Order: sequence, then C-alpha cells, then structure tokens
Amino acid sequence: MTSTQKSETEITADTFLAGIWRENPVFVMLLGMCPVLAVSNSVINAVAMGIATTFVLLCSSALVSLLRPFIPKEVRIAAYIVIIATFVTITDYIIQAISLELYNALGAFIQLIVVNCIILGRAEAYASKNPLFKSLINALGMGIGFTLALLCLGSVRELLGNGTLLGFSVMAADFQPWVIMILPPGGFFVLGAWLLLFNWLKERKQSPQITTALSQQA
Amino acid sequence: MQSDPLSFIFLNAFLMNNFVLALFLGICPFLGVSGKLQTAWSMGLATTLVMLVSSICAYFINLLLIGFDIEFLRLISYIAVIASAVQLIEMSMKKLSPSLFRALGIFLPLITTNCAILGLALFQTAKEYNFMQSLAYSLGAGAGFILAIVLMAGLREKLELANVPTIAQGAALSLMLAGLLSLTFMGFAGLDFK
Repeated sequence: MTSTQKSETEITADTFLAGIWRENPVFVMLLGMCPVLAVSNSVINAVAMGIATTFVLLCSSALVSLLRPFIPKEVRIAAYIVIIATFVTITDYIIQAISLELYNALGAFIQLIVVNCIILGRAEAYASKNPLFKSLINALGMGIGFTLALLCLGSVRELLGNGTLLGFSVMAADFQPWVIMILPPGGFFVLGAWLLLFNWLKERKQSPQITTALSQQA
Repeated sequence: MQSDPLSFIFLNAFLMNNFVLALFLGICPFLGVSGKLQTAWSMGLATTLVMLVSSICAYFINLLLIGFDIEFLRLISYIAVIASAVQLIEMSMKKLSPSLFRALGIFLPLITTNCAILGLALFQTAKEYNFMQSLAYSLGAGAGFILAIVLMAGLREKLELANVPTIAQGAALSLMLAGLLSLTFMGFAGLDFK
C-alpha cells in the first residue's frame, strides 16, 4: 500500500520527459494543432507562442492542482476554463505591453490559447489528480515539448519560405523562396512531413524482418 | 468594414478565408471526426448551430461589456457563453436524436474547445460587425466548416481503399491531404466582387 502510494506521488524523470518525447502534445497526441499550424510561419512567432502557452499551462496547472479539493466534480470543466481564461487574459495584456509588433503578428491566436486542447487536457487528466509540484514539472515538460514542436515547424517554414532564420538571411543569394511554405498549405505539408519522418524512424527501430514480412503481405 | 455587403461577408468566411483551410481554426475536429462522411456531416451541422447561437450571444454580450466598460472580461464571458451553448445543444440532441448523440460521442463536448467558435466571436468583435453582419459571418463560417470537413471525409473514405505505405498512414496522410485542400482553397483568395 505504502509503496504504491509512494510511486504515485514520486517525481521521476519521466514526469518531466513524457511531454517532450513519448507523449509530445503535437507530434504524438496531435493536440493543439490550430496555433501550431497558424503561427509557425517564422521562428520568432513560434517561440513566442510556445512561451505564452507554456506560461498559461504552468499557471493553470498550479492553480487547478491547488484548488483540486475545492472544485466540485460536476462543474470542474467550467471551473478549469475560467481559470485558463483568466491567465490567458493576463498573457494577452502582457504581450501587448512588451511588443505590439509581436501582438499583431500573433493576432487572435493569443486569446485562442484558451481553447488549446493541451491546456484543458492537462488540467483534466493530470493537474486535477496530482499534487502541485508534480503537476508543475509535468506542465513544464509539456510546454517545452510544445515549444520544441513549434520550433521544428517554424524553422523549416521560415528557412524554406523566406530564406531566413530568426530574421537573418542564411540561404545563398540566388535562393528562390518557396513562398508556399509560409502560406497556410505549407503548415499542413511541413507538419505532415515531420510526422512521416517520425513514423519512418519508429518503423526502422522495429525489427527489419517484421517490416519486410509486413510489406510483402501488403 | 461597416460597408461590406452581407453577401461578401458570407463568401469571405465561406471560401476566401475559410476558417479551417486558410485560418487554421477548428483543426482538431477537422482531423478527428472526418473519418466517415455521415459523422462529418453531423459534426459540421452541430458546429454551425453552436456558431450561430454563440455569435448572437457574443454580439449582445459585447454591447453589455462596452456599456459597463469592462471589456477585459470579454474572453472569459465569451468562453462561458460558448460552453453553455454547447451544453444546451448537447442536452437537446440527447433528447431529440440519441443516435446522432452517440455518433458524435466525445466530440460534442469538445466543440467547446473548437477554436473556430471562439475565433468567430473574437473576429466579429474585432471587425466591429453589426448584428446582421455577424449573422452572415457566422453562417459563412459554419458553411465553410461543413464544406471543409465533408470534403475531407469524402477523400478519406476513398483513401481507405488505397494502398498507402505504412509510414504514411493516419495523421501524416490526413495532413498532406489537408495541405492539398488548402492549396485549392487559395485559388479563391483572388475572388473579389465588391
């Protein structure tokens, strides 16, 4: 009894690492796709969005975890949404105060962090069942995983679509930008390509005999 | 923006700035519920209904918020209204059509977290649309959502018969398809008949 209880509250490396690789919110769980596709047309936007989402994720996870004995089960979703919306409003005003340029570039997607499934999903599936510190660690992992995924997309799209990285020109002078990459279809294509790459890596890790047998069957 | 005719607002949300394929709103149900044509169709209808209701509510709430000078509460009150509208539709659907209720399953409550709906409410506020314009905008957005999700479901039903390499199955293939659809919809961007 004591051992199981201990393992439930214990903080392992996995608590933090789960969000970055094994349960990566974007590449594995396919959550929160809207901001991922919409603001990943440059590295700066992608990182800003990642940080804003991580901030909201951390704050709301902490509050949900602290309030967990007081929130009645029937109205928990509504309570979580109000908590999340509060922090998003704060973030919205903070970004507006720091950089108006960034605020305009991200547009409505800062306010739309409220409806990001990752945050509500974490509140419902993790923070409402775990103590404060563990929820915080897990939320930080998820936030970093989300930011990394955004960075993966943002760098490819900015590099191919604009020939720059973080605003610095890195491609040869005669490089023709693939404008399609910074337009909406590019978001779908690049994310699809990343998923293809991960699937390929996953398949290669499995034993080669099985894969050949499967492909022969198919 | 005040002078935009209603037909233009409708078509703008329907084709030129399609919520799913051009503005990336509502990708979760677009990828999640587009497996079968029938479910996609009902999901589209349910979403359009919620859009219409929440757009009307958002319009009046915005008037109220401006009246009391408490616009910083906009986000919280919008999301609360959307959550209750979804709850209302969920209850009435359970009563009127239990089979549809079961078919939509988990995705019905998830309409609350569909960014297309909150996005619609925020955009119509930002564009300062009047009541009729908001109505046209929400209908256009809803129709655009139905169009996108039904097209996607039709394509995916066909693809189930296709011989696709194992690594491309599932989400990767859906995303590539969505990219092609989005590319097609970019063709509408030049449409202008003011």
